[in-house]
Amino acid sequence: MNFLKSPWPWYVAGPLIGLCVPLLMLIGNKALGISSSLRHICAACIPGKIPFFQYDWKKESWNLWFVGGIALGAAIVLLFFHNGQPVDLNPATIAALRANGVQEFDELTPGDIFNWGNVASETGLLFFITGGFLVGFGTRYANGCTSGHSIYGIATLQWPSLVATICFMAGGFAMTNYILPHLMRWLLL
Amino acid sequence: MKNLKFLFTGMLFGIILVKAEVISWFRIQEMFRLESFHMYGVIGSAVFTAMLGVLLIRKMGWRSVSGEEIVVQKKPFTKGNIIGGLIFGLGWAITGACPGPIFAQIGSGFTVVIVTFLSAVAGTWVYGKWKDHLPH
Repeated sequence: MNFLKSPWPWYVAGPLIGLCVPLLMLIGNKALGISSSLRHICAACIPGKIPFFQYDWKKESWNLWFVGGIALGAAIVLLFFHNGQPVDLNPATIAALRANGVQEFDELTPGDIFNWGNVASETGLLFFITGGFLVGFGTRYANGCTSGHSIYGIATLQWPSLVATICFMAGGFAMTNYILPHLMRWLLL
Repeated sequence: MKNLKFLFTGMLFGIILVKAEVISWFRIQEMFRLESFHMYGVIGSAVFTAMLGVLLIRKMGWRSVSGEEIVVQKKPFTKGNIIGGLIFGLGWAITGACPGPIFAQIGSGFTVVIVTFLSAVAGTWVYGKWKDHLPH
C-alpha cells in the first residue's frame, strides 16, 4: 500500500510505460500514440470540409477509449493512491521558479498558475491557450508526440522519430531556459 | 465491448504516468533545466523496455490475440518532424504536458487543463486546415 501511495522511481515507472508498447501490439495490433486522439476528436466533432479530417474515425476509436482510460486511471490515483506530498524537486529548480514568480509547490502543478481564476487572464492565455495550441498543432505537424515518436517510434528503430524527439527537446530547452522565464517574470511578479 | 481492453490499458498507462510524476509541470521544468535525471530515466528506460518487447515479439513471431501478424506503424520523414517537433517542444515546456499527460492532469483533478485540451484540439484542427500550405 505504501508503494502504491508514494511516487514511483524512474526505474519502475519507465519500464512499465515501455511495456505498454508490446502490450498494445499483442492485445490489438495497435501502435502506442496519443496525439492522434486529438485528430480523431476533430474528425468526429468538427471535420468541416477539411480532407485531413475526412476518414472513418470510428475505426480508430480504440484510441479514444485509451485516452479516456488515461484520465480515468489518473482519477483512480487521485481517489485511492494519492499521498498529497509535494514533488521531490531539485532545490535549484524550486529556487529558480520562485525567482520567476511561482509560489505554490505543494501539488503536481503550481496551483497559483493552474487554476480557473487564470483562464481569462494573460497567464491563462499563455499556459493554457497558447501552450495547448502549440502542443496540438506541433504534434500533428510532427506526426506524433512523446508516446508515438519518442517511445514507440524509437523503440521500433525509426530514425524520423529520433529526429522528431531531438526537436521536441530543442523546443523545450529553448522555451524553458530562454523564453518562459521572461514571460513568467512579466506575468507572475 | 472490444474496446474495453483499450480502456483498461489506458487506465494502467494513466496510473503509471501519475505515479511517475511525468504529468508534473515541475518535473518538465526540472528536466529542461537539466536539474534532475528523473524524466530522462523514465523516458530512456521506457524506450529500452519497449525495444526489448518489440524485439521479443519479432524473434518469437508472436501474433496479436486475434491472430494477426503484428504490423509496425511507419513513421515517414517529413520536414514536419523538425518544424512541428520544435513547435510541440515549445508547447510542452509551457503546459508541462505532452498529450498523454494532458488527459492525466485532467483526471488528476486539475480541471482547468480542459482549456489546454480544447486549445490542443483547436491547434490540431488549424494544422488540418492549413496543412497543404505548410512545408513537409
